[in-house]
Amino acid sequence: MASIDATTKVQTIRRNLASRRYTVTASLVALLVLTFALALYLGDYHVEPAGVVRSLLSPFTGDVNKGVDFIVLNVRLPRATLAVLTGISFGLSGIIFQMLLRNPLASPDIIGISHGASASAVFCIIVLGMSGIVVSFGAFMGAILTAVLIYALAWRDGVTPYRVVLIGIGMSAIMAAIMSFLFTRARLFEVQQAMAWLVGSLNAARVADIAPLAIALVVLVPVTVALVRGLDALQLGDDTATALGARVEFTRLGLIVAGVAYAAFATAAVGPVTFVAFVAGPIARSLLAGSGKGFVQAGLVGALVMLGSDLVAQHALPSVQLPVGVVTGVFGALFLLWLLIASNRAGRVN
Amino acid sequence: MATTAPRSGKQREAALALGLLGLAVLVVAIAFFSITQGARPITLETVWAALTAFDPQSTDHRIIWDLRLPRTIVGLLVGAALGLAGAVLQGATRNPLADPSILGIHAGAALFIVLGVAVLGITQLSMYVWLAFIGAAVAMLVVYSIASLGREGATPIKLALAGAAMTAALQSVVSAILLTSPRTLDEVRFWQVGSLAGRGMEIVIQVAPFLAVGIVLALVTGRMLDGLSMGEDVARSLGQNVGRSRAIAGLAAVILAGASTAAAGPIAFVGLTVPHVARAITGPNYRWILPYSMLMAPILLLGADVIGRVISPPGEVQVGIVTAFVGAPFFIALVRRRKLASL
Repeated sequence: MASIDATTKVQTIRRNLASRRYTVTASLVALLVLTFALALYLGDYHVEPAGVVRSLLSPFTGDVNKGVDFIVLNVRLPRATLAVLTGISFGLSGIIFQMLLRNPLASPDIIGISHGASASAVFCIIVLGMSGIVVSFGAFMGAILTAVLIYALAWRDGVTPYRVVLIGIGMSAIMAAIMSFLFTRARLFEVQQAMAWLVGSLNAARVADIAPLAIALVVLVPVTVALVRGLDALQLGDDTATALGARVEFTRLGLIVAGVAYAAFATAAVGPVTFVAFVAGPIARSLLAGSGKGFVQAGLVGALVMLGSDLVAQHALPSVQLPVGVVTGVFGALFLLWLLIASNRAGRVN
Repeated sequence: MATTAPRSGKQREAALALGLLGLAVLVVAIAFFSITQGARPITLETVWAALTAFDPQSTDHRIIWDLRLPRTIVGLLVGAALGLAGAVLQGATRNPLADPSILGIHAGAALFIVLGVAVLGITQLSMYVWLAFIGAAVAMLVVYSIASLGREGATPIKLALAGAAMTAALQSVVSAILLTSPRTLDEVRFWQVGSLAGRGMEIVIQVAPFLAVGIVLALVTGRMLDGLSMGEDVARSLGQNVGRSRAIAGLAAVILAGASTAAAGPIAFVGLTVPHVARAITGPNYRWILPYSMLMAPILLLGADVIGRVISPPGEVQVGIVTAFVGAPFFIALVRRRKLASL
């Protein structure tokens, strides 16, 4: 009798956890759709909700209104789409590194990968005098190279999270020094251009930026989901995981590659927008309250943070369009304070 | 240290004192280089003449007095301050990664200075010092309390990450201000690198009192840090007031880091690396680590400054960049070599 009771109990708990997971995911999706609709509707040029819907359907219905269609389809839609895609990428990248390095604070903008991308982009802007898509490519290569360098330097009979984080921080310092050096050698105009890129912005969102990111996500997400299944064992520590038969190095390497790729593609598209990667994982996990790893949810939270921050950035001040990175940075600072207060109450981090 | 183990305590102390004397000689030597080397070749006789019989009509004499001498003094003071700040922070937090730049102190100082320049239109260094102090203190408090959360307390990795996160948060606010105000960007981009160039005698006079107080305060914490290094419980049972010791050490670190950042900008890694080298020579005794760090750091800083001056004439590479390129690889090597967690 007792064992049957226990079984029912476990089943109930499992059911409750699963239902919490579904509720959280569904709410996040609903919120994201709502924010997306808001992003298409809000703007200096007023378009009725019905007009937005008509515009969205115009390629199929042939009911064209050139002015409105341009605003909705060529300005607001690419911008919102890019915000969602980069948000997902940053969020996934963040939670991958937080899981791998077993630390709630580890994210690509902390452990040097974003710094690598930034230094490379600043180099392209100031030394090579480039702009646009070339800078994006430079940032992408910078992120990948820095990640390889950090991994190689941290390798010593395997890689420990401890060494990766600390060596990543050392690399960030070198990259920051390179950037400062270039800043003092450049003309003020170039420095301003580089600063604008460094903050990260969706103000110049183009349709061309979307394709590479979308393709990358289509390829990477299924691979990552498959690899994440191996993460459960990794969370127990390397030795336990190996004893359980997990292919530790393979899983970890695969996930590192995926995490770096997410960060690199997103950074190339919009610049190193801070803190989206940093906050997505912890927020997703506290929403789930232990009912899941929060992987998919972190992507959704990332998209929501990015899209919401961009809305705030566009409309918070009547005359100025802030870059989205400024809003996410302030949001991140508030999140740190919240983490401080919440953990003090609970007596632990995460 | 294994080599000194057979010697008696007295002999060891004598050897360490001798080493300290040697370092002092090195400091004088590097200061000599800093005064005599530069973009404009000036003969030793002229330097000596400028120092002993100053002639306001001579360009060479003016260069020595207005440029090289203040620059050297700032380098000596800031170097000593950074070395001590790093050693005190590492001792008080019992954390080998503690350093003004890693703990977000620089970012805090930068934010307040940028705010001062952009919002209040401040340009005098005397105000920079106060802004840097407040920024440094606030940032250090917040970073340390975030890192202290949880059962294990402020472990090296949590401190490093909390500091890095704090730095990222503050930097995004700084960039927001810099983006909207080109005037501030132009003013701050040279300060942000960390440099000893262009620091005149009036800057020396303004920061010297703060640095002097900070240096004295830091040097007297030696015994307290030795107590803290045995662990809070042991220190307490030996009759030490742990809270007060931490507060004094923290105050010294904030004064030193704040004033040096105000004078020379955020110079990374001097405070981090020098105490480790000092510790390798002196062993774990803070009464020796502190003076060793105080003399070694100016050697590194002025050395880097001289390298930056002569490496690409006629221009120069700012000292903050040279120290990062020298310090960061050292740091990475240190992380690779051993577990830093044990201090």
